[in-house]
Amino acid sequence: MTASVDIAGQEARNRMALRAALQAMGMLPILILLAILFQILSGYVQSGSFANAWAEGRFMSWQNLSIVAQQASINTVLAAGMTFVILTGGIDLSVGSILAASAMVAVIASKIPEWGIIGVPLAILMGLALGLLNGALIAFFNLPPFIVTLGSLTAVRGFARLLGEDKTVFNPQLPFAFIGNGNLFGVPWLVIIAFAVVVVSWFILRRTVLGVRIYAVGGNPDAARLSGIKVWVVLLFVYGVSGALAGLGGAMSAARLYAANGLQLGQSYELDAIAAVILGGTSFVGGIGSIWGTLIGALIIAVLSNGLILTGVSDIWQFIIKGFVIIGAVALDRYRLKGSART
Amino acid sequence: MTDRPAATVHDMSDRAPVLEMRRISKTFPGVKALADVQLTVWPGEVHALMGENGAGKSTLMKILSGAYQADAGGEIRIGGQAAVIAGPQAARELGVSIIYQELALAPNLTVAENMLLGRETAKAGFVDRRAMARECAPILQRLGVRFGTRTPVASLSMAERQQVEIARALHAKSRILVMDEPTTSLSSRETEALFALVRQLRADGMAIIYISHRMAEVYELADRVSVLRDGSYVGTLGRQDLSADALVRMMVGRDLSSFYKKDHDAHQSRGPVILSVRDVADGSRVKACSLDLHEGEVLGIAGLVGAGRTELARLIYGADRRASGTVTLDGRAITPRTPEEAIAAGLVYLTEDRKHLGLFLDMTVRENINLGVIARDSRLAGVLNLALGRSRSTGAVKALGIRVPTDAVTVGALSGGNQQKVLLSRLLETKPRVLILDEPTRGVDIGAKSEIYRLIDDLARKGVGVIVISSELPEVVGICDRVLVMREGVIAGEVGGPGRPPITQENIGAIATGAISGLAA
Repeated sequence: MTASVDIAGQEARNRMALRAALQAMGMLPILILLAILFQILSGYVQSGSFANAWAEGRFMSWQNLSIVAQQASINTVLAAGMTFVILTGGIDLSVGSILAASAMVAVIASKIPEWGIIGVPLAILMGLALGLLNGALIAFFNLPPFIVTLGSLTAVRGFARLLGEDKTVFNPQLPFAFIGNGNLFGVPWLVIIAFAVVVVSWFILRRTVLGVRIYAVGGNPDAARLSGIKVWVVLLFVYGVSGALAGLGGAMSAARLYAANGLQLGQSYELDAIAAVILGGTSFVGGIGSIWGTLIGALIIAVLSNGLILTGVSDIWQFIIKGFVIIGAVALDRYRLKGSART
Repeated sequence: MTDRPAATVHDMSDRAPVLEMRRISKTFPGVKALADVQLTVWPGEVHALMGENGAGKSTLMKILSGAYQADAGGEIRIGGQAAVIAGPQAARELGVSIIYQELALAPNLTVAENMLLGRETAKAGFVDRRAMARECAPILQRLGVRFGTRTPVASLSMAERQQVEIARALHAKSRILVMDEPTTSLSSRETEALFALVRQLRADGMAIIYISHRMAEVYELADRVSVLRDGSYVGTLGRQDLSADALVRMMVGRDLSSFYKKDHDAHQSRGPVILSVRDVADGSRVKACSLDLHEGEVLGIAGLVGAGRTELARLIYGADRRASGTVTLDGRAITPRTPEEAIAAGLVYLTEDRKHLGLFLDMTVRENINLGVIARDSRLAGVLNLALGRSRSTGAVKALGIRVPTDAVTVGALSGGNQQKVLLSRLLETKPRVLILDEPTRGVDIGAKSEIYRLIDDLARKGVGVIVISSELPEVVGICDRVLVMREGVIAGEVGGPGRPPITQENIGAIATGAISGLAA
């Protein structure tokens, strides 16, 4: 009897310690494990034996890691905006469509002689305007975020097609093409932009009054209003940020492709962004989460895509595996919440 | 201290205790929640478990119900058998049922479905509704309830939902029933009905562990009382030894001389009016209410539940839309349209529902305390002043005696009394001129209660105006200088002011129920 209690007590302690460690590190260990796994698997595919698998692996070459970082960058920017929104307990399904509309604006504006560079700020402004529209509907008309952004997902997609008369727009002399393809001191501009977005987001969330209020609104909207927080300002801000970052993402995609297409660009990007946020440990009900988690979540998704290609998994299976990763992440979210909610 | 209930009351002299918990300890990372606690409960007794918030009652009960595992070295015996309670399912199989304050029912399901939740009578995977009804009806009959097995729980009152929980426990053939503050949301008539039911269960041989803060209930129901303090077992009193003094001493560890503190005297030197409310109404539940609050005065607002007290406070504070009325503070018309405007003008409101409308449970003590002033304290462009926030929070924790290991813990992990102090700190940091406190001591233990009374007294002495809305008449009588009594949305009378009848529970009660017309009294 005493022995069994002993073991049970020890187990409980271990479990609690494990849970605390899991929470502190978030999903970082999983990211590292995935990287190691893909290094070995890609080496095995290359050499045909496990003995040389690590040495022959192609995943952890600088060149490949740089590609992974670039592939993660646009999703990281979208997911940063999504983090703001989900922290308030909301959701923004329209970011993929906003990205497409903004990319159209960026390429069309880039054809203005001499002034083509304003395509970038115009794309961001386009995104900001659409995001604020979402925010206004949610804040002032008290409509559910899911419904509002589901509507704008469709409407803005149509708007994006309208912008280019439903054709792909090209600009081979894109004045801001360096964003998509150039480097600064050997680091791709895409990666620099994504990292800068993450750092600025961290600063806003953790070091400003607005950041505290975002967490407060997500944690308890009624208490937030009663304690004198202008909830509508917070909501306008988060949807505005999400839109503006989707606009930035649009400029980044346009810069990469020298082109934009209102129909195909950014299709289902919102799902990758949401998946990154949830993988990063941000609670779907709001109030709990961090931008660093989102960065790790976005990297996990990029590592999965890249690694699965390197190891020769067909793109059909890539979809299936990514889907299960998202479900696993939500399960993890529940497990975390249960662990932290004592009393 | 007696070991077992008087055998003459319920004949059980030669029966064994149904529950023995010995040497129960529970350690959370950094906190020892329980140290060497014991509890012995006999069949057919109501055993009250008392102690301040944070004393360890909930933790002990969570161990009994399998939600937590005790540290090694403890022993639990149920019906004489050593028991390992690995989880809620194991607890249920051992005959332990627990009814939490926030009831654990699915409102969208029927009474029978809730009673059988997790144990549905199924035939080849299909729910057999008729069998369910057959199984549940006799239990409901035995309890003498007014609803049927097919009634949806959503349509039941709080009291009736509690009866469903009890029926659920009976269906599970429970021998031990834990009730955690069951009367919190019940009216006095419903409470009477609940007590009758508890007595009936006791007569049937069920052991009931009854957690409550209310002395009156404990006197009325309990055969024995066990007291916990700071995670330790203090002792058990038999019915014949019960007295308020003894219980308070055991719970708090000291005598509560001058429980209600009132050193300030608003009548000696009545200050000028700071807050003046005129004809505030919302068009339905509050009808043209006017009041004046003087500097350094504690003004009570009493009345029955539903008389419109909270609604009036929220209208004054700008939390709800007013149909009419003005608010003047220090001679300046402020009439806030939002809480934000009220706070900026120096008028703050403490909600009666701190968990849902007050606190941010996932945020830390420090963030909660600073939330009202972060904008004021911030540097350029809204950048947080972290150093100032830290010192404010440390100061508040010390000033109000908030018991936390560090101010970086989340507020959700604190006891009710400490949560209330955190919420009060947030309001006080804004340096208000007027505080409206709505049920400031609800769900707060005795020690914290007396500290909150002291705080109110201090504020009044410093010239702050305080409005206290309270359903606890002794509290209103003990700490207020003047009391307005509301009835059906109007201020029906006033006691304690110059030329008014004195503040007594009888006078307040008479006005509140309409037995005498307050304005004429």
